Amino acid sequence: MDIFGVPIQALMGQLMLGIVNGSFYAVLSLGLAIIFGVLKIVNFAHGAFFMLGAFTAFLLGQHLGANYWVALVAAPIAVALFGMLFEWLFLRRLYGLDPIYGLLLTFSLVLVLEGGFRVAFGSSGQPYATPEALRGTINLGFMVLPIYRGFVILAAVLTCLVTWYVIERTSVGARLRAATERAELTQAFGINVPLLVTLTYGVGVGLAAFAGVLAAPIFHVNPSMGSSLVIIIFAVVVIGGLGSIMGAIVTGLGLGVVEGFTRVFYSEFSSTIVFLVMVLVLLIRPAGLFGREES
Amino acid sequence: MLAKLPSRTAALTSVVLALGAASGTMASNGFSDDVVRIGVLTDMSGIYSDLSGEAAVEAVRMAVEDFGGEVHGVPIEVIYGDHRNRADTGASRAREWYDNDGVDMINDLSNSGVALAVAAVADERQRHAISNSASNIGLTNDYCSPYVTHYTYDAYSLAQGTGKTIVEDGGDTWFFLTVDFAFGIGLEQQVSDVVREAGGHVMGAARHPLDTTDFSSYALQAQASGAEIIGIASTGADAINAINALSEFGVSPSQRPAALLLWFDDIVSLGLDTAQGLLINNAFYWDADEGSREFSERFYERTGRMPNMAHAGNYSSTMHYLNAVEAAGTDDPDAVSEKMRELEINDFFATGGYIRPNGRMVHDQYLWEVKAPDESEYDYDFLRLVATISGEDAFQPLEDSTCHLLNGG
Repeated sequence: MDIFGVPIQALMGQLMLGIVNGSFYAVLSLGLAIIFGVLKIVNFAHGAFFMLGAFTAFLLGQHLGANYWVALVAAPIAVALFGMLFEWLFLRRLYGLDPIYGLLLTFSLVLVLEGGFRVAFGSSGQPYATPEALRGTINLGFMVLPIYRGFVILAAVLTCLVTWYVIERTSVGARLRAATERAELTQAFGINVPLLVTLTYGVGVGLAAFAGVLAAPIFHVNPSMGSSLVIIIFAVVVIGGLGSIMGAIVTGLGLGVVEGFTRVFYSEFSSTIVFLVMVLVLLIRPAGLFGREES
Repeated sequence: MLAKLPSRTAALTSVVLALGAASGTMASNGFSDDVVRIGVLTDMSGIYSDLSGEAAVEAVRMAVEDFGGEVHGVPIEVIYGDHRNRADTGASRAREWYDNDGVDMINDLSNSGVALAVAAVADERQRHAISNSASNIGLTNDYCSPYVTHYTYDAYSLAQGTGKTIVEDGGDTWFFLTVDFAFGIGLEQQVSDVVREAGGHVMGAARHPLDTTDFSSYALQAQASGAEIIGIASTGADAINAINALSEFGVSPSQRPAALLLWFDDIVSLGLDTAQGLLINNAFYWDADEGSREFSERFYERTGRMPNMAHAGNYSSTMHYLNAVEAAGTDDPDAVSEKMRELEINDFFATGGYIRPNGRMVHDQYLWEVKAPDESEYDYDFLRLVATISGEDAFQPLEDSTCHLLNGG
């Protein structure tokens, strides 16, 4: 059976791959949305933290012999700590200023990190092996899916749901949301808002690093691996609605699928389709699909 | 302030004029500025910094040191600059070097766009330029010049090597994964021509944007095409990601990927687990013979990496240029150009190599197969020789070149 001349099997295959890519988009844009929601900072360094996660996993393996599973937990924590240090030392001086300052500062961090890693490890990148237990492929009938890619979908969706639950349904999340809405009032209740903000940045950065470790066996660890993703991630957050958690997750997965289908019908357009969707959404719903119009 | 401006401008103008005059001055000993100055114009910080970059500068420095650091008592100097993979930056740096800094020859020139732009400047300023890392055959066709040399390889030799050998070996149906700009499309066309001429079929191509990270959907398209050979018409990170995806989706061994331009650094980066069995066309391999090993070990000590074909080409071409300067007894570009085309090149890089009137350095090319991990006995023991393609077969026949110099023009 064909749809517009494309066999349905090929379409199903691309749908599956779109979900895999969408999983990365979802985890990354989730982190970005949390950071923007609480800090009102446009974290341009998000792609660099993604790269840092992958490199930390690689270095942990090289120097400490840490396997993939250890790296999957340790690398995001290490990168999150680095992110919190960055927030504490530099970023917090910019709160309340024009967002362009935050954008410039985080962009400069991208240049420093990417340049530094390029000098230290070269531009062609380093290999990172797929963990033994997740090697091989499964035949789904319509396509042969590498087991590792299936694992990425599960890990990413689970992470997104847990993060959403913590923010929307727990008391920690309630404090966080309160600090977002009315920082001064929340502080008056005895809640340490600056600490909450630092931790939030750490969680957002940690999510990017987590996606980086997930990506390491697929995309090859190289200094510019995050820079091509970060623009799409920004588009995802804008389409989903700035600061909207569920918006970031759903839009991330959705755009991955849209992009996958575009590759079947008109491959050259696949890097542009996300931005076309962004333009259309902004024209119809300027606050994004899940965003609230500010009164 | 306003009153000061004209005098300052005048002072600046006189300095510039003095420098300009100095750069054009030929000393009585036949050497301009009493120094032979070589500029390495390369990618120091971008995607091609591994395949050329700092190590290319080091290769040129090694050649100068091995030559003795001076020619006819005149010192040889090496300077370098970053073209940032932008043709306009490369061209303006070349102009500045030739006009103000007395540079006699520019080497490396990674990135075809940059190489073509600098070739035009070299022709206009009548100074030498040698490209070792770029592939575009325009350098020896429409952009040819008596002062421009294309040394290590080109897109034509890549097509003749990998394409032809694989078709003759029975791989006669092809599908291409092509990076969607002039370099990839040109390479795909060159290889397609070779495949069709040899009786093979091209089943189609998937074009992807530059710097694509996810190749999974292209891997599925390649799988669905049923072609025996997946030709990868890209290089560096794109080619690495494409090969990774093909290997992950189990495309081989029923289908074989053929990387049309893979550098030794890319094999290091891929690892033998993934790269094993790939056929690659490289003009140089560090472990080919005694001469290449001797050079490579010295290079490794200085840079911490094994040289690829561009690094070796940078060394060999610098040495050839200096030999020509020595033979000519001057750094006058016309005299050197004549000697460069007259002298034969015999070193660890090329045997019986020579430069055609259109600037093409003709020398043997080699097709290698990447070893499996258990076949690799020591560090960087990565390649096995499959075929040697003679220089005459590897490069575009002179009669097909559109170079204006060939018609006496």
